[in-house]
Amino acid sequence: MKMKWTGIAAAAVMASLSLTSAEAIAKTKACFVYVGAVGDFGWTYEHDHGRQMVEKHFGDKVETSFVENIAEGPDSERAITRFARSGCDIIFTTSFGYMEPTLKVAKRFPKVKFEHATGYKTAKNVTTYNAKFHEGRYVIGQIAAKVSKTGVAGYIVSFPIPEVIAGINAFMLGAQSVNPDFKVKIVWVNSWFDPGKEADAAKVLLSQGADILTQHTDSAAPIQIAEKQGKHAFGQASDQSKFGPNAQLTAIIDSWGPYYIRRVQAVMDGTWKTQSSWDGMKEGTVSMAPMKNMPADVADAAMKTIAGIKDGSIHPFTGPITKQDGTVVGEAGKPLADGEILGMKWYVKGIDDKLQK
Amino acid sequence: MEAIILTIITAATPLLLAALGELVVERSGVLNLGVEGMMVVGAVCGFGAAYGSGSVLLGVIAGIAGGMVMALLFAIMTQSFLSNQVATGLALTLLGLGVSGLIGESFVGLPGVKLEQIFIPLLTDIPVIGRILFGQDLLVYASFALMFATSYVLFKTRTGLIVRAVGGNHHSAHALGYNVVAVRYAAILFGGACSGLAGAYLSLAYTPQWVENMTAGRGWIALALVVFASWMPFRVMIGAYLFGTVWIMGLFVQAMGYGIPSQLLSSLPYLVTIAALVIISGNRTLTKINSPAMIGQPFVPDR
Repeated sequence: MKMKWTGIAAAAVMASLSLTSAEAIAKTKACFVYVGAVGDFGWTYEHDHGRQMVEKHFGDKVETSFVENIAEGPDSERAITRFARSGCDIIFTTSFGYMEPTLKVAKRFPKVKFEHATGYKTAKNVTTYNAKFHEGRYVIGQIAAKVSKTGVAGYIVSFPIPEVIAGINAFMLGAQSVNPDFKVKIVWVNSWFDPGKEADAAKVLLSQGADILTQHTDSAAPIQIAEKQGKHAFGQASDQSKFGPNAQLTAIIDSWGPYYIRRVQAVMDGTWKTQSSWDGMKEGTVSMAPMKNMPADVADAAMKTIAGIKDGSIHPFTGPITKQDGTVVGEAGKPLADGEILGMKWYVKGIDDKLQK
Repeated sequence: MEAIILTIITAATPLLLAALGELVVERSGVLNLGVEGMMVVGAVCGFGAAYGSGSVLLGVIAGIAGGMVMALLFAIMTQSFLSNQVATGLALTLLGLGVSGLIGESFVGLPGVKLEQIFIPLLTDIPVIGRILFGQDLLVYASFALMFATSYVLFKTRTGLIVRAVGGNHHSAHALGYNVVAVRYAAILFGGACSGLAGAYLSLAYTPQWVENMTAGRGWIALALVVFASWMPFRVMIGAYLFGTVWIMGLFVQAMGYGIPSQLLSSLPYLVTIAALVIISGNRTLTKINSPAMIGQPFVPDR
């Protein structure tokens, strides 16, 4: 519920100042709406890191502002509208649940450019952008299967949206490529961010025989539990080795900076167009933290997989893939279509959990 | 099994601590909806002090102090300036969430100081029950001690009688010569101390780190527990542990992969706890006697 309007207030003051100043240079204004706190050390933290890179790159040619902790739904519509009114040239809305509000506001402000992260609906002035996190999840799946002694990993997840499901599947496929009998235990915490509940889920998973944890939630709590119990875990969204120096094997890092810089540049040049951007390891939007706490050969194999993903020789979702219900998708040797991955609503074979219809 | 019980205890302790504090506040006739705010300030103060000094004890004390400062603010507003208690409590929660984010800005991403579990040779080594009974951290024992102490003081001492009298009928209490406002100040501060302690438990023992909004609604659960436990300390404990148990079992069942909808499992703790406490509070007259009649009503001494 807490909102920091100070950023907007400051921006409004600055905007009015620049009107009065005769030699005001036309600044491009980039605004960001965050679902979590910039201090979550995960998802929002990395988006804000991207915002800071924009500031650093353009210097005083650009002005940025942000609001954090904006709940998905009606709250976000208010926040986005306020930004659109306050003279933002481009607005980045950084959570899946902002999709409809973003489209709604975009309709009312046709001159403002909107960029919605992880969504799938575009409009004349709404672009979507996402990252192929599943590439990273495939890599950590392979690592997990090699490092795990019990052959069981625990996976803490937020909401059953395609991106999260694709992540689970990629992890499982990566693990199965090493150990076909590998097991993944799944706990849905129905929240992006609840350190206490994530910690509880971590403890429960470890008590059921998992010795490696991975997560699609935003706090560093699970990695702390793994550290305390002498088990392993993967960092989420940013390098979390501080929380588990002996536990973190590696982390999937989101680097939004280069993309944000490109898009702000496009606004400045007047070349901004609607698109659906989906970058991965090749473009540098998804990268991995240093491999630690694992044997050298495991790290080498992981680096090889990363190189393969970058040059296109390895694709996490290469057909044929057997679904949980036994049906097979994909042609042999060919990757699934992007649309199939972006709209994924099924599990691969071997996952114990069931998806609700 | 042992691991599960240990997890339940950590999940229940912050709820129990915060709810006991609020119970005393409400018994004195004041409704403080700011538990969440006091808790989160306790969490950030506890984390900061422990991190800065390296001493967990200082962290715990700072957590308590942080909660009390917030409570004092509430007390001044509602008791001296007679502001609306519901609105002030809600504002206190918003304020707490904001202020804690501000204080904690530089703590983000720092590994915290952990409150260690105690270890008593021989006793803690007893299989199964050893770690559960003799291997907890000190705040877990403190929460039980607090439960018995609150119960004793409220129902067996003169002090408790005065607090209940003030909550039951402040005009009568005033006529008898008790300082209603002072009693309420004390009760509110006690509630703040408990909430702060609960917050410190989160940032020092539960998940030893600081992140914004780390209470994630636990203050509201504590508030609800007080009402559904019909203002009885022992029932608050039952409620907190029942909630913790169903909460953890929900996660446990999910990890087993039975395919039960996680949304259902996530809502079960609330449903089960409310149902159970409504059933044990089934005796209407008893509930009526227990519920503080003056709750939420301002008092102006007529002098």
